[in-house]
Amino acid sequence: MPKDQGIGASPKRREDVRFLTGAGNYTDDINVNGQAYVHFLRADVAHATINSIDTSAAAEMPGVVKIFTGADFAEVGGIPCGWGVTDRHGNPQQEPRHPIIAHDTIRHVGEIVAAVVADTLEQARDAAEAIEFSLSDKPAVVDMAAALAEDATKVHEDLTSNLCYDWVFGNPDDDAVQAAFDSAAHVTTLELVNNRLVANPMEPRVAIGDYSRATDEYTLHTTSQNPHVIRLLMCAFVLGLPEHKVRVIAPDVGGGFGSKIFHYAEEAFCTFAAKACGRAVKWTSTRAEAFISDAHGRDHVTKIELALDGDNNFTALRTNTMANMGAYLSTFSTSVPSYLHGTLMAGNYKTPIVQVNVKTVFTNTVPVDAYRGAGRPEATFQLERVIDKAARELGADPIALRRQNFITEFPYETPVALTYDTGDYVATMDKLEQVADVAGFAARRAESEKNGKLRGFGINCYIEACGIAPSNIVGMLGARAGLYDAATVRVNATGSISVMVGAHAHGQGHETTFPQVVADMIGIDESMVDIVHGDTGRVPFGMGTYGSRSIAVCGSAMVRATEKIIAKAKKIAAHLMEASDADIELKDGQFTVAGTDKSVAWGDVCLTAYVPHNYPLEELEPGLEETAFYDPANFTYPAGAYACEVEVDPDTGKVSIERFSAADDFGNIINPMIVDGQVHGGLGQGIGQALLENAAYDEDGQLLSASFMDYAMPRADDVPFYQVDHSCQTPCTHNPLGVKGCGEAGAIGSPPAVVNAVIDALQSGGKNVTHIDMPLSPARVWAAMNG
Amino acid sequence: MAKVSMTVNGKAASGDVEGRTLLSSFLRDSLGLTGTHVGCDTSQCGACVVHVDGKAVKACTMLALEAEGAEVATIEGQANADGSLNNIQQAFQDHHGLQCGFCTPGMVMSAAALLKDNPKPTEAEIRDYLEGNLCRCTGYHNIVKAIMAASGQDVSSIAAE
Repeated sequence: MPKDQGIGASPKRREDVRFLTGAGNYTDDINVNGQAYVHFLRADVAHATINSIDTSAAAEMPGVVKIFTGADFAEVGGIPCGWGVTDRHGNPQQEPRHPIIAHDTIRHVGEIVAAVVADTLEQARDAAEAIEFSLSDKPAVVDMAAALAEDATKVHEDLTSNLCYDWVFGNPDDDAVQAAFDSAAHVTTLELVNNRLVANPMEPRVAIGDYSRATDEYTLHTTSQNPHVIRLLMCAFVLGLPEHKVRVIAPDVGGGFGSKIFHYAEEAFCTFAAKACGRAVKWTSTRAEAFISDAHGRDHVTKIELALDGDNNFTALRTNTMANMGAYLSTFSTSVPSYLHGTLMAGNYKTPIVQVNVKTVFTNTVPVDAYRGAGRPEATFQLERVIDKAARELGADPIALRRQNFITEFPYETPVALTYDTGDYVATMDKLEQVADVAGFAARRAESEKNGKLRGFGINCYIEACGIAPSNIVGMLGARAGLYDAATVRVNATGSISVMVGAHAHGQGHETTFPQVVADMIGIDESMVDIVHGDTGRVPFGMGTYGSRSIAVCGSAMVRATEKIIAKAKKIAAHLMEASDADIELKDGQFTVAGTDKSVAWGDVCLTAYVPHNYPLEELEPGLEETAFYDPANFTYPAGAYACEVEVDPDTGKVSIERFSAADDFGNIINPMIVDGQVHGGLGQGIGQALLENAAYDEDGQLLSASFMDYAMPRADDVPFYQVDHSCQTPCTHNPLGVKGCGEAGAIGSPPAVVNAVIDALQSGGKNVTHIDMPLSPARVWAAMNG
Repeated sequence: MAKVSMTVNGKAASGDVEGRTLLSSFLRDSLGLTGTHVGCDTSQCGACVVHVDGKAVKACTMLALEAEGAEVATIEGQANADGSLNNIQQAFQDHHGLQCGFCTPGMVMSAAALLKDNPKPTEAEIRDYLEGNLCRCTGYHNIVKAIMAASGQDVSSIAAE
């Protein structure tokens, strides 16, 4: 029987009762006494010079408190980029100013050009209609290749071009890499697009700024995955406020998937405007605004080449990618196509030579930044697609070709800077073949064919670098922040525990899983442990939740702090029992003297810590509260193998996912139920990318897919029940829980399996189709079949 | 401004609203029933589903004034009389049918409407019925499973928790 508590158990989630009864506390559910509302007037053209703005009529409209334009923010900083990438020549990336409100130039549809604060939201919207502009339109720069042309219009006049950086990684020696290709027995080449996506958490962003004249303190409620990061960026780089005078609170957050990592203009605006208006200022994004103001994801165009020797061993890999940055550099934007992408190009394979070339490009589109997986899905997609294509060209079995090239010895130093500490790719592939019932595929295909459908089987492997990240390594690579995390374990006098953590859940269930760990370590009931998160006024400086880092990094900090608690508690117990603390054992919440029947309970020790009448005060401080900051020694490397089976309707090109199977190695697992749920959700998003989703711009820079009526989100009948297995576990070797993280795997690992399956289906029907760009809509599939 | 009166979760409720005030805004802003969520502006996402006179309605598609005299049920009124989770809510918790919780009120209200009309829906019928409810977290697996379980069907053979 599985235990019902502690590490490895699946207790029901604590969060659920409030969410299921309508008692959740999301940012938009919060209202501050006397608050005003802001409506942002957003650009409806992609590129224009602002000649003048006339707000005089609008200012006279009912209820208007104040109207802000770019001029009001001329004295504050721009929104910073958190990562500086050095290009192939040793030069820094081009980094334009990113204003809160567009000052003299509009650079993407959706950019804020004015902000109206009024007593009610309706009044603010009505007044915004009365603002008058004089604009001079400029040509929109949308296509990346065109943006890099010599005579292209520049998105930023003050930069030398639309190139942000031209980066090379892995083996920079072009001649050596070319020589490897020249001597190859076979080279497979593939050009592909990693489609632009919108994260679309179901909760739109919200910000409420408040300012107290009494204390000179600001409070910002915001929908954030990392409130401390927002406070630091906003205070230090944008508004120039002392951090101790600013409190950032992110209450229940309704999904993020990366899009709520970044510091956005609206957060700084509401904070700034609260003081300027003398009252709290609230903004609630509409979905229409979200599409044109939340950072987008992906948007890579890649040519990948794989060289193989006569025995089908991979001998070299070379990629050339253009990655869209949009109009400005969002918080982590420049790290995504570089270090979160290039470092993963070795995949699960022992390819000796890897060269990654990336040009990042400014365009008149919404900024692009991390979206679930962030660089790693882009790496996985191109690698696993080119391997599949190579297998087909060589007549090799796609599973056997992968197995033959697997890395099998660990630790393994890749040619792209990472050291995989542990893994077992053979085991996950073995497990996948079983879970996906590969042996039964032929019969299922025959059945589909009887029904006039083409059935395809697609497989891929993936590896991710998670547990982001070792500060010294990312610092060398250009990160402008450390990526440790922090936890404070506060034991109360009666033995209950509050754990203040820097991670911040937005669906991951930390309120359930984190106490599982602490309670397990001490041997007390989980109900005695709660976590506190999402409030800079209450938690230590932590970097938040993204990059599958919460349990691997913040969880490790929590373990370290709990270890300190236990060490101190043992000293108190030793004093009470007149023994040496080296002889004290802790089990099931009881401290015992080894080899005796003497014991004291957890609660007695806690009470003694706070009522220190009989206490070694000369050697030990009273109280029981400890903090730990944890900086990981390495990334963690979750890995696995995924399989997809599709049916394609040859008459319409409609693809249906019949089976999807996943075999993941996440190392040790705290809560299997939640891990399964994380994989399911990632698979849903990955299938969405493969079949449905596309953020499409027209040549004028208008976002064509800017609502849920135009942007195809996956719905319940687009996906099947998934078969998910995580019984292959090679524990991480360098963190105390042996955990690797599971949040992004599903989204990273699933798109190539889907596309590989569709190509397999079409090939089975005699169609010589070798690639279709995502999303594999019926129109695209039908066109490929009949092209 | 006009006065509107209705019954919400069994209690009389009234307020002054503009002609353009949506039922979703009235519930959230005037009555403080913030469990009804607004996730889009095109009536696609379903986070705001409530019951109006026993039928599932997206509260963002209806003006508050159109609900004059109606019986409205929201997520806040779904738990059992003793405060415990009702059958559907409990199934969502038991089967991890929610993550961030934002779509959840609409999912629960839609599921209740489905099961009222179709007490033993098939997997396909559930997936089809949820066409108007978007979830970005769960990949729908555990939502469908939870609704099957809430209808008394054995879900033990469906892979994973």
